[in-house]
Amino acid sequence: MSNLVAYVSAIGVCGPGLVDWPSTEAVLSGRQPYVAAATVLPAPETLPPTERRRTGRVVRLALAAGLEAARRAGIDPARLPVVFASSGGDGDNCDSICRTLASTNRALSPTRFHNSVHNAPAGYWSIAAGAQVPTTTLCAYDASFGAGLLEALAQTATTRLETALVAYDLDYPEPLHAARPTSAPFGAALILTPTRGDGALVRLTARLGRGRPDRPRHAQLARLADSVPSAQSLVLLEAIALGQPATVNLGYLAPAVLSLEVAPCR
Amino acid sequence: MTPLVLTGFTATSCLGSGAGATLEALRATRSGLTSCAFEDVDINTWVGVVPDLDRATLTGPWRDFNCRNNRLAHKALAEDGFGEAVSAAVRRCGAERVGVFLGSSTSGILETEIAYRHLHPLTGALPPTFNYAGSHNMFSVAAFTRAVLGLEGPAVVVSTACSSSAKVFGAAARLIELGLIDAAVVGGVDSLCLTTLYGFQSLQLTAPRPCRPYAADRDGISIGEAAAFALLERPSDRDYDSSVMLLGVGESNDGYHLSTPHPDGLGARLAMQAALDSAGIAAADVGYVNLHGTGTLSNDSAESIAVCAVLDTRVPCSSTKGASGHALGAAGALEAVICALALQNGLVPGGANTEVVDPALAVNYMTRTRAAPLALALSNSFGFGGTNCSLVLGRRA
Repeated sequence: MSNLVAYVSAIGVCGPGLVDWPSTEAVLSGRQPYVAAATVLPAPETLPPTERRRTGRVVRLALAAGLEAARRAGIDPARLPVVFASSGGDGDNCDSICRTLASTNRALSPTRFHNSVHNAPAGYWSIAAGAQVPTTTLCAYDASFGAGLLEALAQTATTRLETALVAYDLDYPEPLHAARPTSAPFGAALILTPTRGDGALVRLTARLGRGRPDRPRHAQLARLADSVPSAQSLVLLEAIALGQPATVNLGYLAPAVLSLEVAPCR
Repeated sequence: MTPLVLTGFTATSCLGSGAGATLEALRATRSGLTSCAFEDVDINTWVGVVPDLDRATLTGPWRDFNCRNNRLAHKALAEDGFGEAVSAAVRRCGAERVGVFLGSSTSGILETEIAYRHLHPLTGALPPTFNYAGSHNMFSVAAFTRAVLGLEGPAVVVSTACSSSAKVFGAAARLIELGLIDAAVVGGVDSLCLTTLYGFQSLQLTAPRPCRPYAADRDGISIGEAAAFALLERPSDRDYDSSVMLLGVGESNDGYHLSTPHPDGLGARLAMQAALDSAGIAAADVGYVNLHGTGTLSNDSAESIAVCAVLDTRVPCSSTKGASGHALGAAGALEAVICALALQNGLVPGGANTEVVDPALAVNYMTRTRAAPLALALSNSFGFGGTNCSLVLGRRA
């Protein structure tokens, strides 16, 4: 019997053609067709203007998904521990720094440098929220979503507190894009609760297993999931949207999978 | 938290390869910093360099992982019988029951920086030798460590700047507590690169002389590189060579600024208090604090206020970054190993380089290492993004 159990109380999504969770749910459940479009990255209104000016695409992406989920759950982000998970972090900023360092004038901008840390979105999140509760920022290459979910479930189970997972990946600019062809900015956030609340969507029971990772049934979104590590979340989001009990093998460190029993709560 | 035993640990930094060399440097309050001659860097500063990493090319099965950061990890894993300790854990628990939790802030970015000097003149493409997964991606050092040690359990890199490899102790402890794994390789690996050298210079935080944490005339950090690992297991009746235990982990955020600590160290206080609570010990029980102590004006001032708010002002404190340099994402694990050596060998480390302690800083700062029995140590690691983590380590009675 697994002790990795949590309830998903709210979801946030920010991806190509996917502006939020309700529109994503409508596509995943087959009620609406998927219309491909560039990811819309809203300016993080909760950040003070001085900080907002310093944010790049990756911060807007992570905060859009995370703040949507917190808002839908009715939770003040100031008291929400968050696990951030990203395979690639801020590829725009990394490219800019590497170009500067390869040039004859290596002077970096201080903002570029402090934005270079993998946990920059977590930092802006906690500044925006005035949060002193812990956040962490993880990477496990292609398994970053699975690793993030494992850590968020483990935190929920050990602290017995509501915990958020915010998984996000940006497409790289060239020349890094050729080496890592992530196709589009995508972010997804889950609010996990240790006990069943009024708004619970599903109960998740997780265990580590071995097998082949499942892909979303939705053909276009399966391709997105294949090309963006954080979009591997779509196979879980699809199971939630379909509203039926399901077992989902989420990609982890092959041949390991994170096997999830998804039990609808409504 | 349920205490865990460090059944093996090792560290490699500019102080030397392995625990023995590190201990010798600590006993002598010796610094390993040298004037910066790294690559063609034109910054007037001092750094902590691990020698000969340029020549330690990874070949054969590890060829795809060949980068300075993984070469440093490889060198460190060969010390102190660490690999043998992990192998013994695998024999007891199974490879899929041993996890890998490592901290890094810059992974193999040096190789990317160099690759950008060699972009194709017509297409702008990276050279064909560039390996994204093996060197650039933040997970690279965990994938490499997992492969070298033959582990098949959960693995992750925590990358929260300078708290990264302290926070891994918490992540590992959670999965052990939940019974998902029986043992965990935790640690941190960060190596010199241009991003951090020029980046800290841009913030005017690179000290022109060897860094002097908590000194009245402190003027910034010395960047170091290091790899440090520990093997965490549940206590049992089995005999261990080690007598050091992880007792508590405390994490918090400043929520204040991306690269400047809260001036009164509010987040740092929360992390230290959470670590004491997690260990179930009183502030008065702490016998030594390994400070984050970077040597910047703002860090040392905020941390001193925080330490004095949480702990007895008489508790001996020091920053070992004057000796090792600031190993950034590896600092938490390096300083946890330093605490483990202090606990095991009965010494209270002094902070190298610092001669005159800033009278404005109220902590009891030790400038010389002294021999004394030590039962409980607290280690602070704070990072950009306002992320804080404190660890409590103790000696088994």
